[in-house]
Amino acid sequence: MDPEFGKELERQRGYLMRVARLQLRDTALAEDVVQDTLAAALSGQDRFTGKSSVKTWLTGILKHKIVDAIRRKQREPIAASTLDEEGDLEDFDGLFRQGGAWQAQPADWGDPEQSLRRQEFFDILQICLDKLPPNTARVFVMREVLELSSEEICKELTITANNLWVILYRARMSLRECLEMNWFSGGGNRA
Amino acid sequence: MNPFRQAIGHLVSCKDVSRLLSQAEERPMTAWERLRVTWHLAVCSMCRAFERQLALMREAIRRYRS
Repeated sequence: MDPEFGKELERQRGYLMRVARLQLRDTALAEDVVQDTLAAALSGQDRFTGKSSVKTWLTGILKHKIVDAIRRKQREPIAASTLDEEGDLEDFDGLFRQGGAWQAQPADWGDPEQSLRRQEFFDILQICLDKLPPNTARVFVMREVLELSSEEICKELTITANNLWVILYRARMSLRECLEMNWFSGGGNRA
Repeated sequence: MNPFRQAIGHLVSCKDVSRLLSQAEERPMTAWERLRVTWHLAVCSMCRAFERQLALMREAIRRYRS
């Protein structure tokens, strides 16, 4: 076993933990899943071709481990009541006028690179992800970070495609608001 | 604004456009949806700004995971 490779894997532990915790909302379980992922990566070192980054490769393994963990928890379907609480489109009524026009002009976020090359931006992004309601975060991470297909997510969580769209819309609107408040209008992008 | 353009913009509300732009990341829009969204974006700078915000968030998440 190549000790350098082990160290390289170890450096990604923090990122894997953040993703697993966001997704599973259970620190102990997240630790198990990340441990499994790193162990699988170590023993499957030959399968790492170097075509993608170590991080991307590990995220691919983590994805399977998380899906397994969700299955072992006998599929916790997202309860209809949670959908009502978290998935209510009416919450966004404040953003729009009666006829559906924007209440306030969405801000110009300027040159994306200006923000995306700053580590502080990603720290704020992490905080905003952590602030999403639990089920909204689970679904968003499955879709956008672990890149599971819509069909897979609906199947694992036993929700309809329409539920999924509503939850993802919600997640994006919340993230947008959080980034707007804490980065773009807070002047972080101009500092 | 010229009333013709305004009428076209009103075929679909900003609220609907925001929802359709989000859904477009999960499923292809129907031809009619795409047409209405395109028309709306042509006359609505607010929704164009929102569309750019969505694109920035998409790119941010892409970099977050890679």
